[in-house]
Amino acid sequence: MRLTRIAAVAVVAALALGAAACGGDDDKSSSNKFPAGSTMAKLADAGKIKIGTKFDQPLFGLKGLDGKPAGFDVEIAKILTKELGIKDDNIEWVESPSKVREDYIQQDKVSLVVATYTINDARKEKVSFAGPYFTAGQDILVRKDDDSISGPESFQAGDKKVCSVTGSTPAKNIEQYLKDKTAQLVLFDVYSKCLDALKAKQVDAITTDNVILSGFQSQNPDAVKLLGQPFTREPYGIGVKKDDKQFRDWINDVLEAAFKDGRYKTAWDATLGTNVKMPTALTVQRY
Amino acid sequence: MEVFSDKLDVFWNGFLGTVQMCLLAAVGALILGALVAVLRISPIPPLRAVGTAYVTVFRNVPLTVVMFFAAFALPLLGSDASFLKIPGLRDVIKPLGTDLPYFRFATIALTLYTTAFVCEALRSGIGAVPLGQAEAARSLGLSFTQNLRHVVLPQAWKLAIVPLGSVIIAMVKNSALAAAFGVIVTLMGVVDELVSQQYYDAVPVFLGVAVGFLILTIPLGLLLDMVERSQKKVATR
Amino acid sequence: MNSVLYDAPGPRTRLITIIASIVAVPVLAYAAYRWIYVPLDQHHQFDGKIWAPIVNPGNQYFPMVWDRWQTGWLNTLKAAGLSIVASLIVGSLLALLRRQLLELRIFRMSPLKRLGLNSTRSATRTWVEVWRGTPVVTTLFFVFMVLPVWGIDFDDRLWFLVIGLTLYNSVVIGEILRSGMDGLPAGQREAAFAVGLRPWQTSWLVLYPQALRVMLPSLISQVVVILKDTSLGGLIISYEEALGVSKQMVEAFHSYNIDIGIPMYFSVGVMYIVVNYALSKLAQYLQKRLSKSGYKAVEPPVTALVSQAEASAA
Repeated sequence: MRLTRIAAVAVVAALALGAAACGGDDDKSSSNKFPAGSTMAKLADAGKIKIGTKFDQPLFGLKGLDGKPAGFDVEIAKILTKELGIKDDNIEWVESPSKVREDYIQQDKVSLVVATYTINDARKEKVSFAGPYFTAGQDILVRKDDDSISGPESFQAGDKKVCSVTGSTPAKNIEQYLKDKTAQLVLFDVYSKCLDALKAKQVDAITTDNVILSGFQSQNPDAVKLLGQPFTREPYGIGVKKDDKQFRDWINDVLEAAFKDGRYKTAWDATLGTNVKMPTALTVQRY
Repeated sequence: MEVFSDKLDVFWNGFLGTVQMCLLAAVGALILGALVAVLRISPIPPLRAVGTAYVTVFRNVPLTVVMFFAAFALPLLGSDASFLKIPGLRDVIKPLGTDLPYFRFATIALTLYTTAFVCEALRSGIGAVPLGQAEAARSLGLSFTQNLRHVVLPQAWKLAIVPLGSVIIAMVKNSALAAAFGVIVTLMGVVDELVSQQYYDAVPVFLGVAVGFLILTIPLGLLLDMVERSQKKVATR
Repeated sequence: MNSVLYDAPGPRTRLITIIASIVAVPVLAYAAYRWIYVPLDQHHQFDGKIWAPIVNPGNQYFPMVWDRWQTGWLNTLKAAGLSIVASLIVGSLLALLRRQLLELRIFRMSPLKRLGLNSTRSATRTWVEVWRGTPVVTTLFFVFMVLPVWGIDFDDRLWFLVIGLTLYNSVVIGEILRSGMDGLPAGQREAAFAVGLRPWQTSWLVLYPQALRVMLPSLISQVVVILKDTSLGGLIISYEEALGVSKQMVEAFHSYNIDIGIPMYFSVGVMYIVVNYALSKLAQYLQKRLSKSGYKAVEPPVTALVSQAEASAA
């Protein structure tokens, strides 16, 4: 039953995207659309792009069985590439785990990174961010029958174990609430392993952005529950080369336009739709 | 380079974690390896088959796969490896006693994997004892156990020391993989903490981690070289 | 059967062996049932739902799974092949270099040359000790994170994997070959000198070819190690080799609510065993052919055993 529903959603999304692609085809003369020498003009002229995303992040960027990444991050990136007149086939997706994202931008391995990339000041010293296109909050997922954890403060006693992902902001955030990191924190490379560990009672909680956690909850409604009280704000931005203000501003313009004309909603519904309610407004940071 | 003055305790804790895991796995693998070696040379065919199968499997599967199984199949089988919370020992080796089982899982995986190679090292030792030794012992009328105890094993043990040492060195290096399976208290966990989370320059951190491993591996290697050279001298005399 | 331990069995021993075997089989079978089958079954690990994508060609996911595996295994073999060739070449050069440094006579040199030689010797020695003593995991991660910062960069992650594996394995192979050359009977080298060969000609034409043959078992183990170590590519630098794609597929199946972890890793484990087993059988066959073609193998020196044990455990 569930599978057919997902399939239906996917088909609808594909049709919608297909329609969008057809609509975008007529403004093919992209090079004179952008100021000469700008990153946009260069990319549009090249007709191809490298985009960093995650391959193992459900809902945002997950490499499917067909070998192609799918998720909200991927759809957001595709909105941008359509504006640049780049065909989907000419996008090269580069797997960008948390620990290499800044390096990849600095070394020009990718033109932009859309990879559940939280905007913060430490990162702003190395790269620049457009967006946020999405704001998550860090939350906690526990087993359904467990009422002993009510928030991050529950970890201060030192007897509860929590799982997150290496090199991620949530892992860093939760550390200040822990009494003994060695005995309480376990870090995997992907969140699905945390879910296995939670179900097998090896850990008592998973902490990360609420969207990822609601994805897990919707897959396992009988086993886990979400506390639903985010204790941080995690604005997801699009990482670009530091101080490429022109490119950043252009991305922000596209994001705002996409939010207004419904392309953002299409992307949302196709990927996050069933899990989280879409926000009513999108406020990008221009700096 | 300021990472060394700022975060020396992080390096030290990681080093300690690696040493603890290696000690446990070494002891475990030596015991289990001896058992599997007994199976492999036993006169009873089904037991021999089990020993051979064990060695074939673990020699040909990457340690990564073994770790995957320890970390995800063991919990599925309903175990959190709490049998390793040995009273007394867990007070000395703290990560063993915590409720977080991944240190134990990684240790189990490392032990099971190394066991196969310990078994082979022991077997190569026995195989290297000249046949004439056993034949002479038997013709003197020594029984099977006497033959084993007084003639074969003392020589086999000496011949196995060097390969065993090499296996242990390899095991120390293999323990680095544990960091990828939720064990943050080892040397490779240091890289993750300092480079990925605290944005320290990667080069000095790697240097520190490498030095940590070299402190463990190089002296062991030199010791083995010495043992080997003295054995060679005896052999050529 | 190991004849150091056992004499040829008499009728009584044979009887005991048969009885023990008959007892052992059901005991082993019960143990496997009780501690492996039952717990797995209780946790629904034998459900058709999680095995069908792998074993049932009619399953909707089946073609995709095997397609991904094909990609993964091709990448594994590509990385392994390149690393093996590179390690053999670099390792041989390293062994010949160290051999040459050993042959150079120190007493006929000017102090400056002597200093140069000594520092080259200790430099190569340090190079060997450092890369041999550092885990491949660390080396690989280092290559991946630091080389691009130093301006050595590749688009294809394959090359990071090949460089990382070569750094480690060339040193190990170099030491295998060097100890092989050192372990040859001294007469070989002396005879070569006597017919007027220079030191490097002696090493390259006389000692090296023999060391290759003597050390073949160790080299084979090391080749298997290289193939196994490519699996670190998926975990550490996100290279899409066989284990890496399996990991990705486990994630992908999660979103279809199929916990395919155990079947997936079990299957890929079996594939590794098959590939590595085939590889070592092939190498053994080659070795037999070598020894048949008129060449009588020298007994491997003790050092061969050492490097074999070390190699096969890495």
